Amino acid sequence: MLLNIKNLHVEIDGKEIIRGLNLGVNYGEVHAIMGPNGSGKSTLAAAITGKEGYEITKGEIWYKEKDIMEMPPEERANEGIFLSFQYPVEIPGVSMANFMRTAINSQREFRGQPPIPAGELLKLIEEKKRLVDIHDKLTNRSVNEGFSGGEKKKNEIFQMALLDPTLGILDETDSGLDIDALKVVARGVNQLRSDNNAFVIITHYQRLLEYIQPDFVHVLFDGQIVKSGGKSLAFELEAKGYEWIKEEKLV
Amino acid sequence: MKNETVIQNQALDELLIELFNKEKELLTTNDIEKVTQHRNEAMASFKQTGFPNSSMEQWRHTDLEDLLDEQFNYQLRPSKADGDIEEMFKCEVHNFNTEIISMLNGWHFSKNGQLHTYPNGMVMGSINAAMKAYPDLFNKYYGEIADYTSNGFVSINTALAQDGVFIWVPDGVEVEKTMQIIKMIDLEENLFVQSRNLIILGENSKLSLMHCDDSINQATSLINTVTEVYVGKGAKLEVYKLQNLNDNSALINSTFIKQEADSNVRTNTLTFNCGLIRNNIHVRLDGSGAHADVLGLYLMDKEQHVDNQIRIDHNVAQCTSNELFKGILDDEASAVFNGYIHVARDAQKTNAYQNNKNILLKPTATINTMPFLEIYADDVKCSHGATVGQLDQEAMFYIRQRGVSEANARLLLMYAFAADIIENISIEPLRERIDTMVKKRLRGELSICEKCVLHCGAPEKEYHFDIDYSKI
Repeated sequence: MLLNIKNLHVEIDGKEIIRGLNLGVNYGEVHAIMGPNGSGKSTLAAAITGKEGYEITKGEIWYKEKDIMEMPPEERANEGIFLSFQYPVEIPGVSMANFMRTAINSQREFRGQPPIPAGELLKLIEEKKRLVDIHDKLTNRSVNEGFSGGEKKKNEIFQMALLDPTLGILDETDSGLDIDALKVVARGVNQLRSDNNAFVIITHYQRLLEYIQPDFVHVLFDGQIVKSGGKSLAFELEAKGYEWIKEEKLV
Repeated sequence: MKNETVIQNQALDELLIELFNKEKELLTTNDIEKVTQHRNEAMASFKQTGFPNSSMEQWRHTDLEDLLDEQFNYQLRPSKADGDIEEMFKCEVHNFNTEIISMLNGWHFSKNGQLHTYPNGMVMGSINAAMKAYPDLFNKYYGEIADYTSNGFVSINTALAQDGVFIWVPDGVEVEKTMQIIKMIDLEENLFVQSRNLIILGENSKLSLMHCDDSINQATSLINTVTEVYVGKGAKLEVYKLQNLNDNSALINSTFIKQEADSNVRTNTLTFNCGLIRNNIHVRLDGSGAHADVLGLYLMDKEQHVDNQIRIDHNVAQCTSNELFKGILDDEASAVFNGYIHVARDAQKTNAYQNNKNILLKPTATINTMPFLEIYADDVKCSHGATVGQLDQEAMFYIRQRGVSEANARLLLMYAFAADIIENISIEPLRERIDTMVKKRLRGELSICEKCVLHCGAPEKEYHFDIDYSKI
């Protein structure tokens, strides 16, 4: 199993957000995690990637058969975990090209590889730009600075394509996207999908799931996965809303 | 205790006054009459004021007591030059074509005479030698804008200074090469240096200048520099100040700039290392259409202290000014920024912008930032801003999530913070060099032992991020 989360409990500022969550992800699978606002979706992403301030009080996170809970974020990233941020951060003064070169070379160093030759990097960047329909000189601009909402999300997928992770986590990548950008994001993910990686797609709506076919859909509610199923569960949620889950849970 | 300190301070004051009286003949050897007159008046003023102390508003956050407690040597004659001194000043900046003027322990040093006239008409050399050669220029300009009545350091400099740099760019002369002043301190004993510069740009002339202050060893030095800069109509001047001295040194730098109509001045003060630095920059915009960019970057750590006092006088209508100072402070380092913009009653259509941004890496680092705008005209645009912050934690996580180590993520963000000051350096090889220096400084690898800051003789280490502006 690529990712195995057992009975996870996560607190922020002493408040428990994730309350006994279990999730198993195998190579080659795409899992969708759906749920209403405040159910703990983004907290789950933060806990897996090692963001400071998210305290795991109970439970385990295993990734590639390793306990990653004490690993710093960069080590998890170097092990192949990538997070597409819900709110990509603007970093004025750092060019996209330099940022990506730094990231790629950090990951290569971790794997004992020499830095990427400039020509190879250039080729890779051009190739991945095409994948996500980036036409302008995005790479000479500062990271996310002055990018539109759609550009920022496309930029996340662009970075994911460059870094080629084993586990890609997409945190509400679809929010605020028009249909064209949504298709571009989905195309990026679909092209990256293989038997050697897996994706966890966190979303509020099933819209993205029309373009990225999930193998499993989980409903996160109040810090726990309360329902799991196949693709059809997403459509059911879309049709009925989250209310019936709440009611079902209360019964 | 307090009384003792005061007595010792007075002792240094008195020592210098005594020196002035005793060595007057030597001090005035090369003077023209006006310069001697300024010496006498400045000394009279110094007797009144003495050195500044922290009870004065403008010195409130810069404590000089310990510094003035030190025992200093005073060189009334130039150091004897060693055989390899030429080598010491040799600048190795690749592709960087500079004309170097060297000062060792406050004294002009050159094999080719004290004053040199270039084929294009520019004159550069020792201020000492220039006085008798160009008495008209000295009568017109010397001591005219460096006000010594209110600042003890300017008055003691005016009274005692024996050497420094003189540059005259005649009307219409555009100097292609960058001029580089390298001031080096190399003495095993504590040294007090008075350095005096006069720079005159004629109408529609052009000059770019680098002014490097360096020290070679770890001895304490107190360098008190006064620079007067006159920028004629339509003239263009760029000045880069590189300050890289040891932790025991103090640099008191007072720069006075007077700009005529349609002139354009850019100063960029880059503070890399020094125990205590005080930069006074006073720009007078005296002709309409004049523009000044006053920029600075300070990267301080340990117990270093930097104090930037910037004053811009908008004396006439339709002038513009732009101030941007950025600093990164680590450990117990402290900084002061005092930005004073004065807009005179008739200075309509003034456009003045001021900003000071700081990053404090540790809670023990401190910054005092004080914008101060005094505006007497009604049709002006003035803005100011000051920020103090830590490294953006969201950005830190974002970068680390991509696989970059915490240390490199910090470097990347610190470098990014400094980037817009570096991007403003228009001379490309210099920008690249300073870029490298900033990276080295941020990685803690910049050594003051490198003879000149620009030598950068230490082998460059491999590093993970390589900022480059090429078209990748």
